[in-house]
Amino acid sequence: MSETEANPLREAIAGAIAEKEVLLFMKGTPEAPMCGFSARTVATLEAHEATFFSVDVLPDPRIREELSAISNWPTIPQLFVKGELVGGCDIITEMADTGELATVLGVKAPAQPAAKAPETVQAPPLTIGDATAE
Amino acid sequence: MALDPLPVLNDPSPDELRERIEAAIPGSRVTEAGGDGHHFRVTVISDSFEGVSRINRHRTINEIFEGELGGRIHALSISCQTSEEAK
Repeated sequence: MSETEANPLREAIAGAIAEKEVLLFMKGTPEAPMCGFSARTVATLEAHEATFFSVDVLPDPRIREELSAISNWPTIPQLFVKGELVGGCDIITEMADTGELATVLGVKAPAQPAAKAPETVQAPPLTIGDATAE
Repeated sequence: MALDPLPVLNDPSPDELRERIEAAIPGSRVTEAGGDGHHFRVTVISDSFEGVSRINRHRTINEIFEGELGGRIHALSISCQTSEEAK
């Protein structure tokens, strides 16, 4: 694909990164994370009482491809603050431990250590249909 | 029980990760390398990380395994420290 070719998805991702002060690209949603690393990152941000926006990368693999092309970062989650990639789950966890995350987010460091994310990822909803007659 | 999957040749091992990181970053030491064959964790000590942001430290490691992360190496958890930080 040519570099000059219009790429609305990449532009939309870059636009969101520029526009939202704190933006988390994750698997699933903050309410229902679909990956332990995304869950832990959400828990860390919530422990800091940080206001953040999130983008679920799961609905279409192209979101993740374009994001990684922009950020030069291979994995999800990815946390952006003021348009800059801060890190993935490991870096966010380390920065929470050292107190740097609160500084970057411009919030007070939580009094309690960041909550541990639940070990199990929330299961997708399961619908069981009515019994059928033989 | 489901059928055993076909044997996969050359699954990554913590030792392989350690060797490749230490070869790629001269003078580095991998002080922790663990994993279950798919999810790995490494701690890398190198003074070449001095003055380098966390993001760029991790990028150095990611580049060693470019194209394998998310695939052959399903997940790699990384901690990078200078020898001073590791004390």
